[in-house]
Amino acid sequence: MFQTYSYPEYAYVPSAEQVEGRTMRHPVVIIGAGPVGLTAALDLAARGVPCVVIDDNNTVSVGSRAVCYAKRPLEIWDRLGLADRFIDKGISWKVGKVFFGDRQVYQFDLLPEGGHKCPAFINLQQYYLEEWMVEAIAAHPRIDLRWKHKLISLRQEGDHAILTVETPDGIFAMEADWVIACDGANSDTRRMVGAEFTGQFFQDRFLIADIVMKADFPTERWFWFDPPFHRNQSALLHKQADDVWRLDFQLGWDTDPTEEKRPEKVIPRVKAMLGDDVEFELEWASVYQFACRRIGQFRHGRVLFAGDSAHQVSPFGARGANTGVQDIDNLAWKLALVLKGQAPESLIDSYHDERAFAADDNLLNSTRSTDFITPKSAASRRFRDAVLDLAGVADFAKPLVNSGRLSAPTPYANSALNTADAGEWAGRMSPGTVCADAPVTVRGKPDWLIRHLGQGFTLLSFGDAETVTANGVTALPLMVGRDLDDAEGLVAARYDGKPGTCYLIRPDQHVAARWRSFDPAAIAGALARACGAEGAL
Amino acid sequence: MQLNLSPNIADPDGFYEYLVDSQREMGDEAANRMNARLILILANHVGDARVLREAIRLAATSGGRPD
Ligand SMILES: Cc1cc2nc3c(=O)[nH]c(=O)nc-3n(C[C@H](O)[C@H](O)[C@H](O)COP(=O)(O)OP(=O)(O)OC[C@H]3O[C@@H](n4cnc5c(N)ncnc54)[C@H](O)[C@@H]3O)c2cc1C
Repeated sequence: MFQTYSYPEYAYVPSAEQVEGRTMRHPVVIIGAGPVGLTAALDLAARGVPCVVIDDNNTVSVGSRAVCYAKRPLEIWDRLGLADRFIDKGISWKVGKVFFGDRQVYQFDLLPEGGHKCPAFINLQQYYLEEWMVEAIAAHPRIDLRWKHKLISLRQEGDHAILTVETPDGIFAMEADWVIACDGANSDTRRMVGAEFTGQFFQDRFLIADIVMKADFPTERWFWFDPPFHRNQSALLHKQADDVWRLDFQLGWDTDPTEEKRPEKVIPRVKAMLGDDVEFELEWASVYQFACRRIGQFRHGRVLFAGDSAHQVSPFGARGANTGVQDIDNLAWKLALVLKGQAPESLIDSYHDERAFAADDNLLNSTRSTDFITPKSAASRRFRDAVLDLAGVADFAKPLVNSGRLSAPTPYANSALNTADAGEWAGRMSPGTVCADAPVTVRGKPDWLIRHLGQGFTLLSFGDAETVTANGVTALPLMVGRDLDDAEGLVAARYDGKPGTCYLIRPDQHVAARWRSFDPAAIAGALARACGAEGAL
Repeated sequence: MQLNLSPNIADPDGFYEYLVDSQREMGDEAANRMNARLILILANHVGDARVLREAIRLAATSGGRPD
């Protein structure tokens, strides 16, 4: 197995604090070096916060897990200098086909809106993502990534946590001002703080198989409902990098997971799907069961939950890693401000408010897709089949077909960090929304708007603007026409920019507030509010 | 828009006959499947979310005997 990828094995290095037996206090310790923990380390380091990452293992994600990464996480990774490599290696696809029985009932072309640096999404094996983040971390002096370090217990004092960690050299203690628990769906940390993790379990199993196939299949996503080769269940075919294809077979509940993942069982299923004459090799097969659940509170004292440890979704719509990375986007700048003493600790509570809201939105989308793909009663199966039958003959039914919806960021519409609009605004950039990208030129060279946002707070202005400061936090002006040119007019179009229009943009590239003219006092108020200032709220 | 609950079908007996006739040759399952398609087609024709919710509520609660 595994002809296309060989797993790196990272060295265990004993830490000075364990060897010398002195307990150290770290500003941030991250538990888990999955995609979310690794992104957390890079984002914190980029914002000037040193951190330690511990992982109980010594390699990247084994086997077939995440495949699809949507535009928003790619933009976050772009801010961290990683996205170009992911996009180059990843597969972009636009056409999706939906089959019902032996007929194609529906074909869609994503036709993503032009004028964005990052594609609507890419397909790439999770191990590449992790390996390249580990490489970036190795080059980063502020990050201390430690393999074969397992968190075995955690206790909290008022302003820090005490972690007991096990390594091949035994057990030692670490202290942390803040802990970010990125230790996945079976989070040990979650158990240690006694947090609830509730939701819906789906009584269904899925076979995930990755195969290497050189055949001339089109780079499209094919989804089957009730196909002749796999009656009464669903199936999916998707391309990844290196001629690896992801196959996904719904198995139903009454199947034996150990039996189903044996090559003797898997290979005939693959042949039935692709035809007898297609040559392929099986790289990996496993059987999964899915759940949709989330933690009650993302914050437990000094312990913050992010990624799968905070929420678990079904993979329809590719949401797990995609949302987890956005948790970090939201958390890292807040933690950096609090650690620098530039924002009250209560700013961290807005992390729960904003990301629990987003998690609920994701869970809703993922549950809806799951209910469509795996109907729970004869009546809902009938409606599902009715939609698919009609999709082949009438346009109206096509939008009802739900084989997984593309993951899109959830606007923090009701966040206390927002300052409400005054006046009339057109377009989508209301407070709480993630900034739309647009092509620009900088000193005559083509560039992207999004690359100029996110270092700190930004004042994107369509007129004169100056630096504004509130409680030691500054917002730096980015003037259209001076710092960058709106060559295609898309910045003005997407932001409803008129002469004088001014946006306050958060470090995570979300709109905090906007005005029709540069008003330093109003901006300072909104800036203080976006940093969680008590008085401003 | 409001859900129209006053008589709106010009030829009630003719419509009813047409509806029942359309399923005369079908077994229960085929008729159930057709009903599901019919609901979706009509729902799309109505479109308005409030009206649809009101109709669904009325249909769900007007069964007369406990199902
Ligand atoms: C079949 C399948 C398909 C998927 N497809 C997609 C997709 O297309 N797109 C997408 O976005 N997501 C997808 N996902 C979800 C995605 O894989 C997860 O959401 C993602 O891996 C979560 O990242 P994480 O960093 O939160 O946790 P994990 O990746 O689970 O990482 C947790 C890490 O913590 C470590 N750890 C655990 N306990 C301890 C401890 N006590 N001490 C120290 N370290 C510890 C583990 O070793 C691990 O390295 C898919 C998942 C599956 C199963």
